[in-house]
Amino acid sequence: MSVLVYTESEGGKFKKAAFEVASYAKEVANMLGTTVTAVSVNANDSSELGNYGVDKVLEIKNEKLTTFNAKAYADSLKQAADKEGAKVVVVSSSADSKFLASMLAVNLNAGYASNVVALPESASPFTVKRTAFTNKAFNLTEISTDVKVIGLSNNAFGLKEVSGAAAAEGFDPSLSDEDFTVNVTSVDRATDKVSIADAEVVVSGGRGLKGPENWGMIEELADVLGAATACSKPVSDMGWRPHGEHVGQTGKPVATNLYIAVGISGAIQHLAGINSSKVKVVINNDPEAPFFKAADYGIVGDAFEVVPQLIEKLKEFKANNA
Amino acid sequence: MKILVCISHVPDTTSKINFTEGDTKFDTNGVQFVINPNDEFGLTRAMWFKEKQGASVDVVNVGGAETEPTLRKALAIGADNAIRVNAEATDGFYVAKQLAKVVQDGGYDLVIAGRESIDYNGGMVPGMLAALTGANFVNTCIGLEVEGDVATAIREIDGGKETSTTRLPLVVGGQKGLVEESDLRIPNMRGIMMARKKPLTVVEAIETAQETKAVKFEKPAPKGEVTLVSPDNVGQLVELLHNEAKAI
Repeated sequence: MSVLVYTESEGGKFKKAAFEVASYAKEVANMLGTTVTAVSVNANDSSELGNYGVDKVLEIKNEKLTTFNAKAYADSLKQAADKEGAKVVVVSSSADSKFLASMLAVNLNAGYASNVVALPESASPFTVKRTAFTNKAFNLTEISTDVKVIGLSNNAFGLKEVSGAAAAEGFDPSLSDEDFTVNVTSVDRATDKVSIADAEVVVSGGRGLKGPENWGMIEELADVLGAATACSKPVSDMGWRPHGEHVGQTGKPVATNLYIAVGISGAIQHLAGINSSKVKVVINNDPEAPFFKAADYGIVGDAFEVVPQLIEKLKEFKANNA
Repeated sequence: MKILVCISHVPDTTSKINFTEGDTKFDTNGVQFVINPNDEFGLTRAMWFKEKQGASVDVVNVGGAETEPTLRKALAIGADNAIRVNAEATDGFYVAKQLAKVVQDGGYDLVIAGRESIDYNGGMVPGMLAALTGANFVNTCIGLEVEGDVATAIREIDGGKETSTTRLPLVVGGQKGLVEESDLRIPNMRGIMMARKKPLTVVEAIETAQETKAVKFEKPAPKGEVTLVSPDNVGQLVELLHNEAKAI
């Protein structure tokens, strides 16, 4: 009755979120007095998972699964859960995991809690804390089904290294044509940039930047920090930046370690979307901007003067701490 | 093409969130309710299919009588019929099962639901509905075309987008991008008048187990004061982020 965890990889390498969900699954397994089984799909080296508490890895190697396919992946995980007699299945909050999790829950007839931010408060009844109202609140959700699916919020739990070894075992789920009825024809992804979902730091720009031509310094700041770039709703509505960068209530939620907002006043919808970020910095020339009430650190000043200086200081810092 | 748009009745995005009855219930006092923004993008896209391709568009909500004004607004925007499943929407799985019944009874080809509601943010209903009805499913959908029974959908992925083709019946979890913000429609007087005469059918809920239950709510701990750094001393911010916040 192990805890099953879906450890995502990309191009054969595990994503950071995979280690986070594994760390989480390990502690849930400790609570329940059981072990952790991971499922990997076309990953090169699953031994790394042992460092995050995984006891066993079911390795799926299947060319048809090279491109993510939510239904086929959900069916594979269902079969893995059945084989292991898993009572708890943990997935991340990536776009792909959220895509498959609800189908997986139906397959397993399992109650599903998404956006979970902490270990279960109790195992019986099984109760987890999750974000609700787009980060304006939390709720405690009780899952009453025999099998439970948990979607862990990104960066909510962190990585917990342990000394251990994961035993690998081949796993070949039975998939039919029915699993491949949605066919990906093209993928358009910037491979040289950090995505908002995977980023530890996000640098975000708002209307205060005056126009899309001024994004160079945002990108440079992001570059120095190894950060993803994001923007406020008006900026995406005006077409200065792509929709995929819009963070906030109707855009993407951001839960990073560090969020730097430049020229964003901090509308309630924007603040809701970034509330789960741990450290928030605002740079804005208006001292009355609501963002200053939500931020940990702030600079009241002209972004066009402050940001270039910040880039310089960060470069110095990096050179001294390399 | 028969389209069903699932409508969640949610607090307006500017609402202050409070709880009542010992933090077990959302406090609706003074709160304005709206069509869930992710659903509204889908509804507007459905209107395009209606106007350009002659699709019929029904809307459905699982909720009590208090959600009917939200359904009427969807009718005023242009939907043909509204259905309300008379039940309290407490768990995504429960709601999906109610909707699956409506989808099966109505024989819909395309179901558009928001990728998540902005209140519970469960993000469960579209995928569960697809799995329960055996339809194809595309989540976080930001572009959708249908020709005959072939659909081309664009999905937002982490760091980019992905295009796929599939066949009807199809469920999509929609969001901004299905249409632009500027395409959203404010109901005009004629639409509002017509909406009053359009059918709003109330159906009773099917009996089914409840898999999850929100037992308690809490608000985030109040934030401390912001630490201000002088624009003439930007280096101090770097120090604070490193030594105090340990964020870099």
